[in-house]
Amino acid sequence: MKWTAQSGERGSYILDLECGGAGQYSERGVMYSHDVVIVGSGLAGLRAAQELAGNLDVAIITKVYPSRSHSGAAQGGVAAALANMDGDSIEAHIYDTVKGSDFLGDQDAIEIMCNDAPRTIYEMEHLGCPFSRTDENKIAQRAFGGHSFLRACFSADRTGHALLHTLFEQTYKMGGKLQVYSEWYMTRLIVEDGVCKGVVAMDIATGRMEVFSAKVVLFASGGYGRSFEITSNAYANTGDGAIATYRAGLPLQDMEFVQFHPTGLYQHGILLSEAARGEGGYLLNGNGERFMDKYAPGKMELAPRDIVSRSEQTEINEGRGAGPDKDYVLLDLRHLGEAKILERLPQIYHLAKDFLGVDAVTDPVPTQPTAHYSMGGIPTDNDCQVILDETGAKVEGFFAAGECSCVSVHGANRLGTNSLLEALVFGRRAGKKILEAASTAKSSSIDEKREIAAVRAGIDKIVNTSAKEELHPIRKELKNVMTYKAGVYRSGSELAEAHKKVTELQERFKHVRVDDKRENFNTNMLEAIELGHMLEYSELIVAGAEAREESRGAHARTDFPTRDDEKWLNHTMAFRKGDGGYELKYRPVVITRFEPEERKY
Amino acid sequence: MSNGEVTFIIERFDPEKDTAPYPQEYKVILEPGQTLLNCLNNIKWTQDQTLAYRYSCGSAICGSCAMRINGKAVLACKTQVSDCVKDGVIRLAPIGNTKVVRDLVVDLEPFWNALKRVRPYLTPDSQDAPEKEREQTAEEFSKIDPSTTCIMCGACYSDCNVLEVDNQFLGPVALAKAHRFIFDSRDGGGHQRLTEISETNGIWDCTHCGECTTRCPTETKPLSRIEEIKVKAMAEGHHGNAGARHVLGFRETVGRRGLLDENYLPLRTVGFFNIPGLLSIMPVGLRMMWRGKNPPMIPHYVDKVGEVNNIFARFEEFRK
Repeated sequence: MKWTAQSGERGSYILDLECGGAGQYSERGVMYSHDVVIVGSGLAGLRAAQELAGNLDVAIITKVYPSRSHSGAAQGGVAAALANMDGDSIEAHIYDTVKGSDFLGDQDAIEIMCNDAPRTIYEMEHLGCPFSRTDENKIAQRAFGGHSFLRACFSADRTGHALLHTLFEQTYKMGGKLQVYSEWYMTRLIVEDGVCKGVVAMDIATGRMEVFSAKVVLFASGGYGRSFEITSNAYANTGDGAIATYRAGLPLQDMEFVQFHPTGLYQHGILLSEAARGEGGYLLNGNGERFMDKYAPGKMELAPRDIVSRSEQTEINEGRGAGPDKDYVLLDLRHLGEAKILERLPQIYHLAKDFLGVDAVTDPVPTQPTAHYSMGGIPTDNDCQVILDETGAKVEGFFAAGECSCVSVHGANRLGTNSLLEALVFGRRAGKKILEAASTAKSSSIDEKREIAAVRAGIDKIVNTSAKEELHPIRKELKNVMTYKAGVYRSGSELAEAHKKVTELQERFKHVRVDDKRENFNTNMLEAIELGHMLEYSELIVAGAEAREESRGAHARTDFPTRDDEKWLNHTMAFRKGDGGYELKYRPVVITRFEPEERKY
Repeated sequence: MSNGEVTFIIERFDPEKDTAPYPQEYKVILEPGQTLLNCLNNIKWTQDQTLAYRYSCGSAICGSCAMRINGKAVLACKTQVSDCVKDGVIRLAPIGNTKVVRDLVVDLEPFWNALKRVRPYLTPDSQDAPEKEREQTAEEFSKIDPSTTCIMCGACYSDCNVLEVDNQFLGPVALAKAHRFIFDSRDGGGHQRLTEISETNGIWDCTHCGECTTRCPTETKPLSRIEEIKVKAMAEGHHGNAGARHVLGFRETVGRRGLLDENYLPLRTVGFFNIPGLLSIMPVGLRMMWRGKNPPMIPHYVDKVGEVNNIFARFEEFRK
């Protein structure tokens, strides 16, 4: 044990002085070179790193510190058919996930995920993850929306936090075998002729821009839910990985599928876990009625999230909401009793208390649908290698896993607890495949000056101008139009309106003003870069939704209320055109065992 | 809830251009239910884009936004501003025991590095392939439940009085992290962990001021965890260190005389045969004598020492 702290370079921590590999100096300055660069330090990124550290020279670039990644905000559980409580089976998990995805999930990928789930949970348990226990001292499991058995393994209502910190702890065990560049912001993906060569990233503390050359790059950079007004997403979830990919000339898949979680804390959007309903909580409308019996009598409050969110929105739209403006519904936990609430749902209890001043033991909690999860993202094969085009050709040396990716295991609607599972399963798979890929790959040369100049030019455009447009109103208007015109319910005319607004905001953004001219810790500039990302992917959400003339999973068109398998049983792929515009193409869904059928709960 | 105008006085500092921190005032119209983070965002987005601070999840789980409000560390996203206004004013500053990077942003490297010193990962008994979960009782889980809620926000680290005078102290975050493994039924390294954590800069350097627990925005409550480690370390015989000897010496002199023997205690703490240690405390002793502040050489006794010992006896019974 070392009793003297050894600090690495500011903004990165080297966990042991004996480590090697970091920061090789080139003639032009510091050119960082690693075998593998992972962007993002949530569950997928950390799990991949664990597979690679010790075998290859691996680095993580993260815009926050690893323990602050948004995986930690997941609350209710992580799915696996352990059958600790009942007669659950992997087969049932697969079917529930396929049905939950409204048949847009690729069934081969779903099989991989569900088959690997029990092993994944046991592995995390062995790494020290604290799981809540049954009376038989096994991992306890609870009910969750869309799952037909008690399948969600959990640590009270802090499951993501428990898993994330377990993997964060492991980074300390890896010592110098892993280098973490914390608070470095990835600004550009370098891909030439279908080969990935590295990334450009900025040290937030100093503003220093550096090229990271790598044989393999893995994006595990999270979702894009921040462009909605009511959202459970962290401020950091601005689709940076997706947009870097898109700008490198690669497609994004199924971007129109954004999940709205039924129980966001009213006006804040903060997540109140589905575990609240899994433990027996009710949803009530303004008249005090358990309205879910009208929409999903078989599953009630534990129908999948898309259905529950739509039911809430219908109640609100039809005037049966609660509160003075009738614009929310109520999550009622009172009948669970104080002891159970405090034991099983302590975080929810405190969130309601601290943010709304509501005591969930004595009063129902105001909730509304909140943008929560990005089903769409960077398309990959089942080993997480990124796909180049609609034929399925692959990009050499580029992988993606977790929420930023679109394998696709969630299709049109993710089931709760499947996202933590996906991040762990596919993070590991990516790691294993990268180990293979990197052993044959060669480092390629990068025109460092050109790459940095490209990023600098983009930044200079927004920092060194006398532009007048203010940043905040653009973002505010974007979030507003996305929530109210491209949200739980959508229609052709609303989407057209949203599209027009987004393009107008993109135009205004060209003249955005950044007041902070400093290099060090310039969060003003970061916000501007992030807003640029939000504006670009929001257009793809809207465009994909406009084109998709059907209702499937989280994408609900009031003008096309039914699913249309004949025309739309396919994945949307959005490509960036040379002029900055986009083009939509489609590729088929993988169906192995379950033919699409009517989705009823 | 008090509505109306509030003056935020925020400590600004950019080490690259300022020679010293300076206060800057912003006026904000407070709306009901606004959190500190809401207000800061409001200031940044509508008044002064150059203000620097960290934030991410906005829901009290990522731990990014710890800062000092009116001198006390809090998590900005879960703090209701109306609870903190004093005479229409709120004072904001970066967290303590750290170096400022810019405005409310501080250098956290020493904070993360302190964790290394407690080997913050499970060291299981066996390396069996995980074919099933290991058993753990609900009671065993409940022992680590509080310390595993830590979000590493650094609020306790900021206001720790020991860290302020000794930056080699492990500090409340690392100690709470150590607790999480010492009390985990699945960890095999407990004995070694307790030995190490009982040494200088570990549990016994904590002065029980309780600031960490008061500031903690989660159920971690570091002071309680530190106390639990101390009790376990003593119970399991980790007596070969200054902290434990101090505790034992305390118990011995009070048991013997009903009063503290302040001549005996330092010798007992350092160790009677620890010549370098004894030499190191000698100058203090000599200075005290010089100033006439040394305790009486002939120790006093209380009248009824037996009753003091009855208290100890009853406590032992209670503990059983």
